[in-house]
Amino acid sequence: MKRAIYLAAAAACIAGFAGTLYLIFYVTPIDRLLLFNQKIFYYHIGAAWMLLVAVLTCGVASLLYLLKRQSRHDDVARAAGELSVLFGAIVLVTGSIWGKAAWDVWWDWEARLTISLLLWMTMVAYMLVRKYGGPGSERMAAALGVFGAINVPLVYFSVSIWRTLHPQTSVVPGLRGSMRVGMWSCVALFGVFYVLMLIPRIQAARNERRLTELREQALDAGIIQ
Amino acid sequence: MDFLRHVATIAGKDLRVELRSREIIFNMAFFAAMIVVLFSFAFLKEAKSGLMVVVAEVTPGFVWIAVLFSATIGMGRAFDRERESDTMRGLLLSPAPRAAIFLGKAAGLFLLMAMVEVVVVPMVWLFFGSPLFDDPVAMGSLVVLATAGVAVIGSVFAAMLMRTRARDVLLPVVLYPILVPLFIAAIKGTSAILGDMPDDAWFWIRFLLVYDALFVVTALWTFESVVIE
Repeated sequence: MKRAIYLAAAAACIAGFAGTLYLIFYVTPIDRLLLFNQKIFYYHIGAAWMLLVAVLTCGVASLLYLLKRQSRHDDVARAAGELSVLFGAIVLVTGSIWGKAAWDVWWDWEARLTISLLLWMTMVAYMLVRKYGGPGSERMAAALGVFGAINVPLVYFSVSIWRTLHPQTSVVPGLRGSMRVGMWSCVALFGVFYVLMLIPRIQAARNERRLTELREQALDAGIIQ
Repeated sequence: MDFLRHVATIAGKDLRVELRSREIIFNMAFFAAMIVVLFSFAFLKEAKSGLMVVVAEVTPGFVWIAVLFSATIGMGRAFDRERESDTMRGLLLSPAPRAAIFLGKAAGLFLLMAMVEVVVVPMVWLFFGSPLFDDPVAMGSLVVLATAGVAVIGSVFAAMLMRTRARDVLLPVVLYPILVPLFIAAIKGTSAILGDMPDDAWFWIRFLLVYDALFVVTALWTFESVVIE
């Protein structure tokens, strides 16, 4: 039953991607300034939202893990941590393409770009600790997840102030009509996509953990060498 | 009151060990000074008068990068000592509260960093003619708050990584992303002092106060649940 629901949701998600492509390329108007280049914005914003959602999921799950010491919370944190790196990479790549079209530079130390980069780097650090921390790295990673999530508003605030002390050159278009619909349907679609990716990754993390535990038990019992 | 006495005892112990061996402080201070000198090569330009001057806008960066990098080597070593002779176990078995142990270690690191700053800040002032001491109250507050933040967060991660094989490699990796807001505040605050904009400087000092308060609470809580076995 669960499997059927999951597969139905996955099929809906694929249909949704096709739907948003139609929406983006046929329904929404061509942008006055950026012309066709603006189309990348819809997927960019979807991925950016999911980056934030994934970081916060990871932070909350890490907090629960440190509080309750139940490995299922750690599985969620791990899955969300990986996904935040994925969505962060999508945000940065699409953002760079957008930046090249809009401002003719691949990168600019504008507030939002900087915030995304810093969030992404925190999550890369999280993955590095998980990978190279050795035994007991779950708790270290969890602590980093909690610190990272608490850091989000501080990074947001400090970088925004840091940049607004300087004149801003970016033009954020005011969205109306079908552009607005297109944006929010992309955000919703990426939300579904995120949940669909999160569930199997949590299960994989749990299976991996159980396998390690079983192997240790078997070693203790002398069944395997 | 007892709590503060425990904190002072542990910080005092760290300082006494350091003052007898002097292996961290001289190396930290030299490393910080070396970073400042290296930076000057990167940012020197020739002025119209024919003198070599440093680009004025970048001097706050010299101070804070030197402090942060040298602190990283210091904090790793401060916890290595506890690991080498397994004295962390002794500390944890002592009747001092866990929070006091943590704050004592952080206070020790704070004092070490302060000694490095006593070298680095005048050095930048002397070598590059940066008017860092024009507003001593603001500069002092900025230095104390930023140093406290680095010492607290650094102590949490250094303590966590104590038993890890790749600890020297992982410490900067986990530490720097969390320290970015502090770093921005310290650099922008120093720039504001150099640019004679006291309102901006005090804004960043208040920001550091919030940052420190937030992470002291988080650090105390994580130290309890992560380091203590």
